[in-house]
Amino acid sequence: MAESIVSLRHVNKYFGENHVLKDINLEIEEGEFLTLLGPSGCGKTTTLRLIAGFEDATDGIIEVQGDRVEDKEAYERDVNTVFQSYALFPHMTVYDNIGYGLKVKKVPKEEIKERVREMLELVQLMGFEGRKPDAMSGGQKQRVAIARALINNPKVLLLDEPLGALDLKLRKQMQIELKRLQQMLNITFVYVTHDQEEAMTMSDRIAVMKDGIIEQLASPREIYNKPATKFVADFIGESNIFSGTVIEINGEEATLETECGCCKMPAEGFAVGDKAHVCIRPETIGFSKEPVDGFTLKGQVKNMIFVGAVFRTLVTMENGYDVKINRVKYDGSYQEGDTLYFYWDVEDSTGIRDQEVTNG
Amino acid sequence: MEENRRLSKRLRRKRLGKRVSNVYAAIIYAFIYVPIAVMVIFSFNDQLNNYYWVGFTTKWYVKLFSGSELWGYLWNSLVVAVLATIISVIIGTLGAMGLMRFEFMLKKVINSSLYIPVIIPEIVMGISLLMLYQICNFPLGLPAVTLAHITFCAPFVVIIMRGRMSGMDLSVEEASMDLGANRLETFFRITVPMLVPGLLSSAFMAFTLSIDDVIITNFVAGPYSTTLPVKILSMVKMGLHPDVNALTTIMIAVLILGILVNNLVQAALRKRSMGTVKTYF
Repeated sequence: MAESIVSLRHVNKYFGENHVLKDINLEIEEGEFLTLLGPSGCGKTTTLRLIAGFEDATDGIIEVQGDRVEDKEAYERDVNTVFQSYALFPHMTVYDNIGYGLKVKKVPKEEIKERVREMLELVQLMGFEGRKPDAMSGGQKQRVAIARALINNPKVLLLDEPLGALDLKLRKQMQIELKRLQQMLNITFVYVTHDQEEAMTMSDRIAVMKDGIIEQLASPREIYNKPATKFVADFIGESNIFSGTVIEINGEEATLETECGCCKMPAEGFAVGDKAHVCIRPETIGFSKEPVDGFTLKGQVKNMIFVGAVFRTLVTMENGYDVKINRVKYDGSYQEGDTLYFYWDVEDSTGIRDQEVTNG
Repeated sequence: MEENRRLSKRLRRKRLGKRVSNVYAAIIYAFIYVPIAVMVIFSFNDQLNNYYWVGFTTKWYVKLFSGSELWGYLWNSLVVAVLATIISVIIGTLGAMGLMRFEFMLKKVINSSLYIPVIIPEIVMGISLLMLYQICNFPLGLPAVTLAHITFCAPFVVIIMRGRMSGMDLSVEEASMDLGANRLETFFRITVPMLVPGLLSSAFMAFTLSIDDVIITNFVAGPYSTTLPVKILSMVKMGLHPDVNALTTIMIAVLILGILVNNLVQAALRKRSMGTVKTYF
């Protein structure tokens, strides 16, 4: 296992009465691209600001490269930040913005010049050094912000929704470029975003956060295929989630009884009588006109929508839940109003323990 | 046909409206500038009283420059205004910063009480300052005048700077600290340069307020430290002579020059805000 470059241990943060981080434990490995992903207010930006030193943890331990940093000011920490709003110095040129970190460290002018040139080349902004931030586009400003943060050769680069203000196309382009930079420089990136697609594209590991808790920390593939909680299943990609009680276990397969019928899910970790959810992705859920062995869930086709890359069908169950089916194209075997039965490969589905019950 | 006539009627109405608004603007400008023009013209009037035109002369300027007592009063005014401006800008800026960035008890009270010195009648402020000085046994004179001016200038500075700061992105300061600058470096390298436009406009405001204050100064100046406006006011009772016109004409000339220079500087700054043509490599 690689060395931890940043560790958070039992970190809590209160803003007044508001408990925004609840006993966070996070080991960030050297050289990895780790994303903190979650809806707004989940504590992801606060976590980043604690590492950067802009906020103080209420309690807990924060280590950067093995050194405790709780008592260190932001300017004493070996991490640099790319801000959401870029936070470029408006009264300075691009050159002075990028060189700022070296200038305050009293690095000789010649060396600053050399380093700024390297940085400009790195972010492909040669020729812009004399511009002021006001005379640049969003994408260009973003590159300046990245160059400015990288000039100090930080061990860890913290990025707070850096692409949030860019348009979709530019954002996709910058995602690839950021990933390239990270691999080329071999720096640890800690990236905050609420965009799950962005997180999936770039990250080595993703920490999905909700209400100040890390719900799951795993690779994008694992998070998508084996969501640990109902929230993760719902937040990452699209999911169909059925909830019920385990009534039978047969080898690798368990049968779940829901209010609208029975279905199957992986048995691992469950016992008869457990409350559970089963999550099945819209692209892997199967349907047929006749019930399939072990499955009795059914619904009426409500809507068929062409959404570009996929053809989506919404099927409403008796309890009002809309099951989503995504296919590359419409196979013509059903019409609006038809009744469809659902089934799936147990391997494609994920069983999730019911937290509301297990947590009391 | 009918349609066309209606349209032209509308056009005519529009044209008339435009003419009326031009006249209106001309009247407003006249109200502002005619008195000043009269004053400037009468500074060249060959007569001791400012009532009717006799003939052209520059003797009042000659008299002014060959040792007029008015220069002493102007000097008093300038010393007070410069000191009051510098000190009130510093106090007011720091005050605005505190009010913008920190939460504390009585913040609301302080925020709204800022407007009291702004709306209070000057005569009340003058009397209260005079009483305060007497209670504290503080001697009347230029230091007392300067303190009084700081007192009424500082709230204006706070109000202006608070407005400026509310539009300021604080993450810029965090970025500076993130890059290794401590708080002091950040303040002087980032915060102050970003506040320069606000600092300039509040300094202008404070200077203007101070240099033409009559009422409060009148109360706290004492006999030997009269400022120019107070002196001029007292001279009115004896009859104003055109040397006062001459002095104020010079002041207006300096002012106009100042405005021109300011405009040039602003234009240059705007140009620079897009970048420099300096070569770095």
